[in-house]
Amino acid sequence: MSLEASTDEVQTIVAARRLAGARTVFIGVGRPSTAAILARLVHNPDLVLIYESGTIGAKPFHIPLSIGDGELSETADLVVGVPEMFNYWIGPGRVDVAFLGAAQVDRFANLNSTVIGDYDSPRTRLPGAGGAPEIASSCGEVIVTVAHSRRTLVDRLDFRTTVGHGDGPGTRERLGLRGKGPTAVITDLGVLEPDPVSAELTLTELHEGATVEQAREATGWDLAVAAAPRVTQAPSDTELEALRELLAR
Amino acid sequence: MFTMRTTMARIVGLSEAVAELVHDGDSVALEGFTHLIPFAAGHELLRQGRRELELVRMTPDLLYDQLIGMGVARRLVFSYGGNPGVGSLHRFRDAIEHGWPHPIEIEEHSHAGMANRYAAGAADLPFAVLRGYAGTDLVEHTAVRFLECPFTGERLAAVAALRPDVAIVHAQEADGEGNVALWGIPGVQKEAVLAATRSLVTVERLVERLEPRAGAVVIPGWTLDLVALAPGGSQPSYSQGITRRDNDFYRDWDHISRDRDRFRAWMDEHVLNGVAAR
Repeated sequence: MSLEASTDEVQTIVAARRLAGARTVFIGVGRPSTAAILARLVHNPDLVLIYESGTIGAKPFHIPLSIGDGELSETADLVVGVPEMFNYWIGPGRVDVAFLGAAQVDRFANLNSTVIGDYDSPRTRLPGAGGAPEIASSCGEVIVTVAHSRRTLVDRLDFRTTVGHGDGPGTRERLGLRGKGPTAVITDLGVLEPDPVSAELTLTELHEGATVEQAREATGWDLAVAAAPRVTQAPSDTELEALRELLAR
Repeated sequence: MFTMRTTMARIVGLSEAVAELVHDGDSVALEGFTHLIPFAAGHELLRQGRRELELVRMTPDLLYDQLIGMGVARRLVFSYGGNPGVGSLHRFRDAIEHGWPHPIEIEEHSHAGMANRYAAGAADLPFAVLRGYAGTDLVEHTAVRFLECPFTGERLAAVAALRPDVAIVHAQEADGEGNVALWGIPGVQKEAVLAATRSLVTVERLVERLEPRAGAVVIPGWTLDLVALAPGGSQPSYSQGITRRDNDFYRDWDHISRDRDRFRAWMDEHVLNGVAAR
């Protein structure tokens, strides 16, 4: 390796790698879009990008600002209305991987994107659910990307907008949620994955330079740590160059 | 019950259209999912001083931020109140967090819930069923019920049909009979128009006749009330093939809208003192 990657770049590159074997990915705005376009460039040229606006098989050259930029519908295989997007495509589980962000994530990877503080008199009013609840219940798996901080990784959500693993094992089955739910939370320090037995998020991977202590310190609950967390494979020059070229377009 | 129309849509000026269809206190849906957002019509609502509206829209976006900040909303029904790719809608937040310029009531759903509510409205059904909401805190804070499928016993969410008094959408073209064609991201515009009691479509251009176009959504003039010409009427969003999304303005709005005084001054200068398209 010759190029030096920032933590931001590492987070995007790690997210993109998760799409190497996927057929379809569902994308919100911001980093997920960058990671998905990067995955198409480097790992998986046939990856089908699906944006919430109804553009299926979009092939954007630029990173779109919104999920409905003109370039998405101009390059899509098909463009559908919102009822069809949720009822024919997301609901039946036709999408392999969904990327979601959130303002708060708890130890069972449940997400809050509604309010900070009390619902009726919130300290911070967030945008709200959007597509997240049904995306997270029905897509094959969900990958969450957030900043690793005590503000984001919290002991208790102020509002449960989206169910990850609920209150632990069995919740998803009891609620009839058909996808696997969150399989990874990718932060700027490492990767948290649900424990196969307890479903609790466990630190399984650290990015180069990050430490277990740092990750525990930046987590709002007593973070479980795998016996021997992996070290993230350093970004290759190919990945980094492709990412930088993409961001410069 | 929906009202069967016996006449074709009339083509009128934008100010006349808004004056005729929208009354104080109405439930009004201005739809367009990122694309084809009817800004010109929304601004005309402001200039005519409509008040106490129930504003319905999946993604409030900049247009509803402006309407809420100018105090025309009594209630907001929505599923995602953000500036896509940029961040917060500051006027929406200020109204909910601080009651400025006055408190508003909210009813929020997921996108799947809202889309299905419109579809039920268009179908003239009382409610829609979907797999959704289960296990979320939305259940305690919004109008959703659960029922058992009569065939399989599966537990499903039910949401009430949306039946706005007025739907307003923007499209690329209409012909002389008020038949409308829109293409690109279709959102929930057709559903909103068919669900509403009254409807207005603003268009980029009037044409002699609509050319057949693959993938276009055509809304027949006999399902609409009024059509009004409003070139550029979806800016800063866009009309596929005619105008481009003004992403710089979406970023600028973050600064303009952050401060109450700056927001009001901007609205005075650019909207209230502007004139409606013919």
